[in-house]
Amino acid sequence: MERSVPSIPMNEENTDVIQGTLDMLILKTLSLEPMHGFGIGRRVEQISRGVFKVNPGSLLTALQRLERSGWLDAEWTQTENSRRAKVYSLTRAGRKQLEFETADWNRRAGAIARLLKAEI
Amino acid sequence: MSLWRQSARGLRALFRPSRANDDIAAEVRQYLDEAVAAGMARGLTTDEAQRTARAEIGNLAPVQEQVRSYGWENAVRTFLFDLRYAARQLRTHRGFTIVSIITLALGIGASTAIFSAVNPILFSPLPYPHANRILMIWNTFQGTRFEQSFGTFYELEQRSRSFESMTEFEPWQPTITGDGLPERLEGQSVSASFFRILGVAPRLGRDFRPPEEGSHAPRLVVLSGRLWQRMYNRDNGIIGREIKLDDDNYTVIGIMPSEFENVLAPSAEIWTTERYDPAALAPNVATWAWEWGMHLHIAGRLKPGVSMEQAVNELSQIARTPLPEFPRPRWASLNHGLIIDSLQDDMAHTVKPALLAIAGAVMLLLAIACVNVVNLLLARSTQRRGEFAVRAALGASRRRVLRQLVTESLLLSALGGIFGMGVAFAGVRALVMLSPPGLPRVSAIAIDPATFAFALGIATLIGLLTGLVPGMQLSRSDLNDGLHKSSRRSAGRRSITRRALVVTEVALALVLLVGAGLLLRSVRLLLAVDPGFNPDHLLTLQVQTSGHQFDELPSAPGAGDAARRRFFARALEAARRVPGVKAAGFTSLLALSDDPPVIGMYGAQFEKDGPDGGRNVFRYAISPQYCQTMGIALRKGRYLDSESAPFAALISESLARSEFPGQDPIGMRLHMGTPNRPWYTVVGVVADVKQTSLAMNDMYAVYFDTRQTWFSDEALSFVVRATGDPALLAGAVKSAVWSVDRNQPIVRAMTMRRMVEISEAERRFVLILFSVFGIVALVLAAVGIYGVLAGSVNERTREIGVRAALGASRRDILTLVLRDGLLLAGIGVGVGVAGAAAASQALKTLLFGITGLDPITYSGVVALLAAVAVVACATPAWRASRIDPSITLRAE
Repeated sequence: MERSVPSIPMNEENTDVIQGTLDMLILKTLSLEPMHGFGIGRRVEQISRGVFKVNPGSLLTALQRLERSGWLDAEWTQTENSRRAKVYSLTRAGRKQLEFETADWNRRAGAIARLLKAEI
Repeated sequence: MSLWRQSARGLRALFRPSRANDDIAAEVRQYLDEAVAAGMARGLTTDEAQRTARAEIGNLAPVQEQVRSYGWENAVRTFLFDLRYAARQLRTHRGFTIVSIITLALGIGASTAIFSAVNPILFSPLPYPHANRILMIWNTFQGTRFEQSFGTFYELEQRSRSFESMTEFEPWQPTITGDGLPERLEGQSVSASFFRILGVAPRLGRDFRPPEEGSHAPRLVVLSGRLWQRMYNRDNGIIGREIKLDDDNYTVIGIMPSEFENVLAPSAEIWTTERYDPAALAPNVATWAWEWGMHLHIAGRLKPGVSMEQAVNELSQIARTPLPEFPRPRWASLNHGLIIDSLQDDMAHTVKPALLAIAGAVMLLLAIACVNVVNLLLARSTQRRGEFAVRAALGASRRRVLRQLVTESLLLSALGGIFGMGVAFAGVRALVMLSPPGLPRVSAIAIDPATFAFALGIATLIGLLTGLVPGMQLSRSDLNDGLHKSSRRSAGRRSITRRALVVTEVALALVLLVGAGLLLRSVRLLLAVDPGFNPDHLLTLQVQTSGHQFDELPSAPGAGDAARRRFFARALEAARRVPGVKAAGFTSLLALSDDPPVIGMYGAQFEKDGPDGGRNVFRYAISPQYCQTMGIALRKGRYLDSESAPFAALISESLARSEFPGQDPIGMRLHMGTPNRPWYTVVGVVADVKQTSLAMNDMYAVYFDTRQTWFSDEALSFVVRATGDPALLAGAVKSAVWSVDRNQPIVRAMTMRRMVEISEAERRFVLILFSVFGIVALVLAAVGIYGVLAGSVNERTREIGVRAALGASRRDILTLVLRDGLLLAGIGVGVGVAGAAAASQALKTLLFGITGLDPITYSGVVALLAAVAVVACATPAWRASRIDPSITLRAE
């Protein structure tokens, strides 16, 4: 399973991805365009404005898992700077899974937000 | 799709690990390259970029390892890894491995063999469609099953509504003549519906049809596949041909499949339809027809949707309410009701207690084997504490260590199971060879898929249990403490567990041995019972008559009987003339033979009884010299002699005592058979003879001269007293009988001693199994005691050294260790005696002359176990007493 090896944060704001959301973040990132592993990690970091830092071990394991589940396709191709890279893209099933996970996340996040408000 | 992908990728990773690894390595390397490239894009130098990227990603190996650890194939890989390690462990510790595997093989093998015998009889359904709908319907006499008459069958069949159809059947042993030598066949005479009730159709030809039964039916036969092969070489042309049986022509109409298993008569090879005539059932007190003879079995197939309970109620109701149109004679009155049982229960009912006892015994053996292996594994894990501690220190979780242990014990039990299958194959063959004549479905005893599944199941269960028990003993603190406790000073909790296990082992072994001991005593006592005759130097054989020369024809009444009597008399004369024969005689009913008791049982009516009195007695139609030949002692009066006064009879001692207490029975008169015959006069009283079994006291008997009974028996048992070994005479006596008539079959030629043994075959069978299991259990228990004690002496080397240094003598130390071992054995014996007292209740029906609490057996077994325990303790104790304090203390 996903055993998160702790990575050393580069600065204060840099934290690990929230447990259980890595799959959704990968799917979301790949729904924009096919990408290789490093690219996905970099994109997550950029879009979250550096809040989330993806551990390479967890990322590559998650990619394996998602590929096995049939949500991703993988292919070794030449990148623009003519290096060989394993590029992942979203399958139809992956798209569906993303919709499902997004809806689920929204539901949970909404619930947590309401709870926090009620506490205050 | 996804499942397929999971398995496909997993398999690829499993079988081509290098390629999968390369792929992962390439991806990780590419990740690093990208990171470096990104760093350089930010303006770092190549060196700086590489350093930053490395720092960010960390060591590449763990990352690769983490990615690789995903997927089900990884669990398989770990398992294979564990397996390889376990195999290495077992190879290094050869002694431990061999002892464990032998122990497990014995336990698994024995229980698998027994399962293969018990399963077809008690559990797996009979090989017929809807076998649970087939019921057996018995008459009852003194609470036991009793054959039926055709009259009863006819009435039940006409009146009941619960059955699709009913069949009666009885043994039929025709002599086949024709091309080769005359041969007597085992067969059955049945209703036309017989095969339809079983639900099995012939493979070739056709079944009997409903009208093809009764006195006017054509003579038809169906052959077994075996007979077809043996006599007709699987010739399809046999259908429609006529064969000669007992001087009559029968048409072959069908061949049964060779896999057809007939649990009603396993040895039957030929079937014909019965020839009873319902018209003969009309009441005629003087001459009740043959149709009222009690020699039939009845089976029926329930209609779908009718429960057994409904059928039982209906039949009991019929039994209780006789109708005028179905007259019943006194002996078929059904006053005692009927016994109705499913075919399977009926088949198993006599052997069930014995089988359950054996199954229980083998489970005990299996338990002892498991306990022994757990014990050995515990001892091993004590030695391996250091190893476990190192593993824990290197980051192995407790679960991981447990998994390793279970893998090892599973490997062990799998090996035990493989060798156990060898034991089971041998065991099954031995079981079939030893099986008593009364054991049903012997042909179905084999290593079949169910047996395999059973063996696999128990091997797995044992593997899990024996791995988990020692594993549970390993607490987390154990794992951590192990490293700094290098010396073996603490015996601790584990040792207590091992001691408890030894106590269990001794107790279980005692239960088994007590069972074996009780059976041994019973068989001894039984065989010591006086059968009422002298079985030494006695040969017996049954001579049957077959052929039309013995038929009773209306034109010449009594001619057939006379021919039969003439034949038997001449055959006996011929047998007497054989050199080495001291005396010879014959009887209609032979003691302790497989003659069904019912066949020889008739009502006897003394003069004093009046017309309605009487009791059942055994009827022996004998030659005048029979009692002298058998060695049946004369108590009063005289034997029958060749010039017997008209209608003389001998009665047995118990009959004389119960009917004429305090009187002289000589000269009393009685009727047997039909009351319109002359009175028999009692001329002598002879000793009681055990008829059915040595264990039974059914000894009311009346003996007549064959020439004076009201019918001549079709088969007589000859008894021949030999001057030397009776077995050697068998051939000569047979030839002598055949010199009179070549076509009369002779069966069951054996010495009387052998026959007595066979009559106790079932007890003997159980005894042999219990003895074997008991001995194995004893050895295992001894190994257990020895192992624990040897281990504890090893662990206590230092303590013993200190004791010796402080002045304890060798004798003190010897006593110390011996006391330790014998205490364990003692507690085990105590627990075991209590267990045996409870368990021996299950053996009750197999015991004879003793109760389940027989003190001689118990003290004998306890003494035996104590002796074995002393032997098992002796070596470790002696070794302890040799410990040199200076060496051990210095070693510490």
